[in-house]
Amino acid sequence: MTNSIGDIHLADVLLVTGSNTTEAHPVISLEMKKAVRQRGAQLILIDPREIELADFAAIHLRPRSGTDIALLNAMVHVIIAEGLAKKEFIAARTENFDALAEAVKDCTPQWAEDITGIPAGMLIEAAQVYGRAGSAAIFWAMGITQSTHGTDNVQALANLALLTGNFGRPGTGVNPLRGQNNVQGACDMGGLPNVLTAYQSVTDEAIRTKFETAWGSSVKIPAKPGLTVTELMNGALHGTLKALYVMGENPFLSDPNMNHVEAALRAIEFLVVQDIFLNETAQLADVVLPAVSFAEKEGTFTNTERRIQLVRPALPIIGEARRDLDIICDLGKRLSRSNGSASSDVIHTVTDWNYTGASAVWDEIAILTPTMSGITYGRLERGGIQWPCPTPEHPGTPIMHKEKFTRGLGRFTPLIFREPAENPDDEYPFVLNTGRVLQHWHGGTMSRRSIGLNWVVPEGEIQINTDDGQGLDIATGDLIRVSSRRGEATGKARLTDKLPRGMVFMNFHFAEIPANALTNDAVDPVAKIPEYKVAAVRIERV
Amino acid sequence: MIKPDRIVATTCPYCGVGCNLHLHIKDDLVYKVTSPFDSPSNHGNLCVKGRFGYDFIHSKDRLTQPLMRQGERLVPAKWDEAMGHVADRLLEIREKYGPDSIGFLVSAKCTNEENYLMQKVARGLIGTNNIDHCARL
Ligand code: SF4
Repeated sequence: MTNSIGDIHLADVLLVTGSNTTEAHPVISLEMKKAVRQRGAQLILIDPREIELADFAAIHLRPRSGTDIALLNAMVHVIIAEGLAKKEFIAARTENFDALAEAVKDCTPQWAEDITGIPAGMLIEAAQVYGRAGSAAIFWAMGITQSTHGTDNVQALANLALLTGNFGRPGTGVNPLRGQNNVQGACDMGGLPNVLTAYQSVTDEAIRTKFETAWGSSVKIPAKPGLTVTELMNGALHGTLKALYVMGENPFLSDPNMNHVEAALRAIEFLVVQDIFLNETAQLADVVLPAVSFAEKEGTFTNTERRIQLVRPALPIIGEARRDLDIICDLGKRLSRSNGSASSDVIHTVTDWNYTGASAVWDEIAILTPTMSGITYGRLERGGIQWPCPTPEHPGTPIMHKEKFTRGLGRFTPLIFREPAENPDDEYPFVLNTGRVLQHWHGGTMSRRSIGLNWVVPEGEIQINTDDGQGLDIATGDLIRVSSRRGEATGKARLTDKLPRGMVFMNFHFAEIPANALTNDAVDPVAKIPEYKVAAVRIERV
Repeated sequence: MIKPDRIVATTCPYCGVGCNLHLHIKDDLVYKVTSPFDSPSNHGNLCVKGRFGYDFIHSKDRLTQPLMRQGERLVPAKWDEAMGHVADRLLEIREKYGPDSIGFLVSAKCTNEENYLMQKVARGLIGTNNIDHCARL
């Protein structure tokens, strides 16, 4: 997020798209509702489903799945055509405006209506409300990014915010709501194939040299970015990836096209899984290492607003399990074939894995990561800090891009609408959409073991539109089979008016009804994110 | 009223909101969870997962010892044996097929420090950038 959860209630207009915030980020949805109910903010909701936030929306646009670019380009078209673009902001802080204007010239509301199914009048109204707002904040989640044009979608949203000067002030900004508790941190820490900490690129020689010098003379970081999850799985299938070490993830359930992933995991010569449960991936492993839960360890998580916060050990370790940090340091010692006498330097070389604890690891991260250099455990003890925080005196950054953007000028990106990778057809006439429910989390390894949560929502279900169901002679509770070109899943149907006709909705928390056996692993060419939200399926009674 | 042995301030393990938690602990069990009103991201609010979703910590399904594959089965092993085997096999595979034949999946559930160290192992010791996680997912 460029802005903070704490300033959501200061927005005049909230544009929420591709996020069922109530279910996936419940406490953030409270702030949004507060803005609407207490301050009269207007909510523009873009979602094909009638999710709970629709009750709070001034305008609810329900586009056909995968047509976001057409919708957003048309909004840009209207804002420019009606003179609502903020000329001073555009002149002072952005570039490439002319290319954007040229690209959306023909993206009229009528054109967008034909593609998205949203009445042109509603589209115009939404653009006017957003364009006229004193402060407008945009929020999105996986509904935007899990698409073969996810990168385009995000840029289209950034175009809207740049066009209207909605950056750098309270209640504005472009705000991705990150899913997992520490997905922000995993990215920040270099858990990506192309960057080291804080997005320092592996292709930059100066950056590589900095880390190589710090980590020790034997280190040579490759200049070529590595493989993404999806590419790793392909590599395993093609026999080029021989070993995979999985820490705290269950790609078996969370990756798209499950049958493909299972084949890949089985094909790998050597699979190591470090986790707290024997999940589906671990069952295929050659070695399983028992780790500990968040309640038994020390460290930090970074939330969706870039706030780094302490995780404190609260319970003794169960059985012979070990803290992940201790497992990794043990691995490091063994791989470097050295017990490396502990040096007094803050930065440990790759032959010295004798960290005194998580805070010692953090001190090393802080030195190597300019945007976090001002953060210490001592400061975090007094409360979380939002990066960038370059110096010990720096208070952290609740709102980014105040005076200028990270790259200097904000750049408009002209975008062209493309259809999703797979549209419904005669054989597979429905669109499958996937998502979460409030009571469960991901593959359910944690939430399904919590008695209360499992009592409220004990099983998965397959939602279809009421009219569609009746047409196919399906009633709520009937067992139905959903199949796509990649696999199938069987479960109980629930008929609902909250879905548009032609849509099937499944959550991905239940291994017995695996939504990801059906989803498409076609990926966005830049972000390499699979298209979870649009897959063509058919349904039938069993 | 149960009196806690201790109350530990920490951060929610579920979603990216990062709600602050107070774990109330008695006899090494989390029996109640609250949130301080001055917490910056959630002002004392918690959702149903953050408030009640903690039985998994004490689940009987938790892994309590290393396991190694013997044919079709995974059998309990000693740490030294398991870790020795992991290191030997990874070095062997790197020797035979090169560093890019090895991949690492780090975790959006693990801490910053753990993720940092794991990519340090991958880049610094194995010599590969094949590191990713399910953030895209
Ligand atoms: S309490 Fe709920 S909203 Fe808060 S971090 Fe945990 S899962 Fe997210």
